[in-house]
Amino acid sequence: MATMKFSKEHEWIRVEGDVATIGITQHAAEQLGDLVFVELPDVGKTVAPGDEAAVVESVKAASEVYAPVSGEVVEVNSVLADEPGKVNEAPQGDGWFLKLKLSDPSELDGLMDEAAYEAFVAEQG
Amino acid sequence: MDGNDSEQLRETPLRAVHEALGARMVPFAGYLMPVQYPAGIIAEHNHTRQKAGLFDVSHMGQAWLKGPDHETTAKALETLVPADVVSLEPGRQRYSQLLNDDGGCVDDLMISRSAYPGMEGRLYLVVNAGRKDVDYAYLQERLPDGIAVEPLPQWALLALQGPLAEAVLATLLPRVAELDFMQGAPFEFEGAGIYVTRSGYTGEDGFEISVPEQKAEALWSALTADGDVMPIGLGARDSLRLEAGLSLYGHELDETVSPVEASLLWSIPKHRREQGGFPGAARIQREIAEGPARKIAGIKPEGRAPAREGTVIMADGEEVGVITSGGFGPTVGGPVALGFVPPALVKPGTKLDLMVRGKALPAEVVKLPFVQKSFKK
Repeated sequence: MATMKFSKEHEWIRVEGDVATIGITQHAAEQLGDLVFVELPDVGKTVAPGDEAAVVESVKAASEVYAPVSGEVVEVNSVLADEPGKVNEAPQGDGWFLKLKLSDPSELDGLMDEAAYEAFVAEQG
Repeated sequence: MDGNDSEQLRETPLRAVHEALGARMVPFAGYLMPVQYPAGIIAEHNHTRQKAGLFDVSHMGQAWLKGPDHETTAKALETLVPADVVSLEPGRQRYSQLLNDDGGCVDDLMISRSAYPGMEGRLYLVVNAGRKDVDYAYLQERLPDGIAVEPLPQWALLALQGPLAEAVLATLLPRVAELDFMQGAPFEFEGAGIYVTRSGYTGEDGFEISVPEQKAEALWSALTADGDVMPIGLGARDSLRLEAGLSLYGHELDETVSPVEASLLWSIPKHRREQGGFPGAARIQREIAEGPARKIAGIKPEGRAPAREGTVIMADGEEVGVITSGGFGPTVGGPVALGFVPPALVKPGTKLDLMVRGKALPAEVVKLPFVQKSFKK
């Protein structure tokens, strides 16, 4: 089974081979509230850690989703264009954002596992 | 007006109730207020349009304006607002703006002539939370001796809004069904005097209920005991008012914006337009005659991406204006916005481009409101 890693920007990353599926965490989705718009990157775009990878808009405000690792976008979840609410329903399932072909898998070592992420969220209050 | 974390936040008498309901509390206009409950903004918005939503709006400023008799008090207030206050019958309410000498809006407000027996000469004012201190000082400074402003900080304010608001409130206070839109009357709740007006800020039928703070929680509980009532936070209050095309101070209105620019000329009656006698009358009369430099329009972005406050509006490749409020309208099912454009572009159907994240987002001017109002006729 693929392992899930988490970033301090509240993204999750599930790695299978050299492809990482990325989305926002349950905690992030709850904090944002009802999403009404998701802007995804073009397939083929390359991103580095910290680059803007997507934009999410709740009823109240817009927020950026940053790339937690570097790579090339190989697929996006185009369903979100018409059904942004999928992110609220299943942020760590059908509400995934994009898939990256990893250019430096060692970057994953800098991310948190689930227990560490839960502790991080609890610490933030 | 947004809140400021650094100063001590004030709270309403219902803070503990909101927290017990699981509300997310945020600073707003100096108060700690519920922005949403666990149901979420979209569910709260839709519930208000379909049934009845209960809002704590105790942060709003409530005050008496007191004078010796109605005509004296009303005439004094008319020197600062462009509404017809003198002709208000007891219990009747009007919307207006408190103007500065440049014809800009110090605030917008609701003005009611008291329906309390023995309280002739009193007007009941409801002003914006973030402006109340400015408003009270301005009123006191500009009104003549013998007219006093008496803030009512010990009174809470609840709003019950939606198509079932009358049926719900009538279970406690049967005679509210007799109120017309923009009419108020005193009632009694658990032995305490309360004041109910048929008004609101959602585009729906509904009521605002002024209640002594020690009875606020009991009234809140009595109303939410009805299965048709859901508590509604400030997030949905904003999306509801935006769909209804209603101005929000600090967004569509500020000290530089005239009522003509804000598309609020409907609130200035003919005789006051002609006779003036309020601050900034010369500018307002000139704008009526020649047209203002900018005007608030309803703007519907194509697609799903919202255009937020501050978004630049382009037409034919030129920058022509700015979005003042923008978000998602759950009833509309898409993004909605208000913004300033030149008067030549306020015609419904006019094509605009909104600059969102460096890209031109096509949009169209539409007639306001976005959602038809359902006030009691």
